[in-house]
Amino acid sequence: MTTLIVIILYLGLLLGLGMYTNRLSRGTSQDYFVASHSIGPFLLLMSVFGTTMTAFALVGSTGKTFERGIGTYGLMASISGLVHAAIFFVIGIRLWCYGKKHNFVTQIQFFRARFDSNTIGYILFPILVMLVIPYLLIGIIGAGKTIEPVTAGAFPDIFTNPTRPPWVGGIPPWLSGLVISAVVLTYVFMGGSRGAAFANTFQTLVFMVMGLVAFVFIVKALGGLDNAGNVPARINDQGMLVQEYSYNKKEQQVTKSDTPKVIGKVKHWEEMSEEKREALVGQQPHFTRTPIDLEYKTKNTKAGKDPDAPKLITKERELGIPPMTFLTYLFIPLSVGMFPHLFQHWLTAKSAKSFRLTVIAHPLCIMIVWVPCVLIGAWASGILPPGMPPPAVLSNMLAQLIQNDILTGLLTAGVLAAIMSSLDSQFLCLGTIFTNDIVLHKAGKGKYTDKQVVKIARTFIVVIVALTYALAMALKDANVFDLAIWCFSGFGALFPVVFAALYWKRATKEGAIASILAATITWFYYFQKAGYGGEYFIGEHKIVPAAVCFAAGAIAMIVVSLATKPPSKETLDKFFKS
Amino acid sequence: MKALVYLLFLLMLILHQDSWAWDDQTLVLGFMPIGLAYHAAFSIGCAILGALAIKYVWPHDLEKLAEEE
Repeated sequence: MTTLIVIILYLGLLLGLGMYTNRLSRGTSQDYFVASHSIGPFLLLMSVFGTTMTAFALVGSTGKTFERGIGTYGLMASISGLVHAAIFFVIGIRLWCYGKKHNFVTQIQFFRARFDSNTIGYILFPILVMLVIPYLLIGIIGAGKTIEPVTAGAFPDIFTNPTRPPWVGGIPPWLSGLVISAVVLTYVFMGGSRGAAFANTFQTLVFMVMGLVAFVFIVKALGGLDNAGNVPARINDQGMLVQEYSYNKKEQQVTKSDTPKVIGKVKHWEEMSEEKREALVGQQPHFTRTPIDLEYKTKNTKAGKDPDAPKLITKERELGIPPMTFLTYLFIPLSVGMFPHLFQHWLTAKSAKSFRLTVIAHPLCIMIVWVPCVLIGAWASGILPPGMPPPAVLSNMLAQLIQNDILTGLLTAGVLAAIMSSLDSQFLCLGTIFTNDIVLHKAGKGKYTDKQVVKIARTFIVVIVALTYALAMALKDANVFDLAIWCFSGFGALFPVVFAALYWKRATKEGAIASILAATITWFYYFQKAGYGGEYFIGEHKIVPAAVCFAAGAIAMIVVSLATKPPSKETLDKFFKS
Repeated sequence: MKALVYLLFLLMLILHQDSWAWDDQTLVLGFMPIGLAYHAAFSIGCAILGALAIKYVWPHDLEKLAEEE
């Protein structure tokens, strides 16, 4: 119950902030969509960072490291620090300048003007919406999955049908999803992009601080930083993966066990050369990155329903990161160049100079959030059973090592903060593009007053929130983190369009349309091969699909642009120095 | 200096592929595996590169264009 009260207090604070930002509104559509270009460096950094980091930053990073080891940081975080900052510099500042000069509010307005084509807008619009909607679902489904286990037991007489038996009495996903959607809707509805920027700043600070707080408490329970390094699972001389430490309730600390607990086995140990075996003995595989195949036993979830089913089943897992996956993963962070909601945040900047702090501090913010979470994920390999679902690793480390309801509530608030700081921008962005790229584009300038435009955007936002909520409930069992990677891959595949639009005078509308179609078709091909959202790599070297989709988009852009008539001088003069 | 910043960006892309530290288990400061410490330092390197880009490759002409009118 204490945990639930902390969460409710947090959501209340957020609503209060929404009401405050509503008082700052100037009432114009420019203010509602892009905060009248008034956001300074610190708010821009926090809102851009909060928008690019979803729940994955806290929960997913810990879980992924538990599965694959510390390579997770290089795979997802350090490369994002480099690529994101570069994109803010080479794409963000340039788009802000053109947006300010030509009064663009959406990405599609920019592409329509740059390629002198209405068609490109109609092609891009459904694709952007299709890619943003799963991203929204991730937030709502993720919020539901986060709140139910931590509030288990709060209302045992009311919520009697939990997702999993131990969570009886916990707030069910349909209710938490509804509350989260309503809170985000309220402050976006009232404050528009200014409200989202203020709320994002508050929420980004919350999830950054909460990640660090969880880290400090877990380090203490592990016996300090020096001891924590000994805790991760180790390979013994029999090729078994063993846990040498366990949590001692009396001492309220992790201590070395008399007998190490076997939790898995290195596959093909017997067939390995003597030299290879010697290299592996004593190794803590979560601290290295060379792929190792492991076998482990885990509880059979079907055992409860089917009396004949075995209680334990054997599963396999690849620890480490294949080098080709590590290399080709760099195409995924390119997605930030095409996120429509990030475009809108960029346009809120007061001046181009506002970007300076974001370019420098974004990689450092990633480091502050991700390094502690990656370490917790690696340490968890020595404490938790290997079959633990990755998204549950962080909450289980807290539950086992800390057992403090207030801290659990605060950390849950941190996870919700990370979720909502992305959700708000996406809701606002969809409302903005529906209003500007469809309704106002069709109706023409002057048909609606400024107040009517804001009203239309707000109506769209309400409809989008309602539809997304309904869809999230229908798909509530989807693997949210794998779905996130697919969204990023899709946006990353569209990157050649924005890059060519800004830097290549010879890029034509036909080239841009061909690039969008090539990227979308290859993306969809791999998406369906992955069973519509599962983890998928290409070939034995395990190449990330985003790399191939990107290549298809880039080749189509170059070949078709060169084969078609160059853009007119008039169009080019708007965007390039002659 | 402009060219140097672009070269540094390419160098960072290469340095990201740290195959030499792939299996090293040394703990930096007694708790941080070197593979993670390297990439944390890489993040700091990205921030420094960002600062260099702002100082030497800042798009002054574009900024002027946006502020016109």
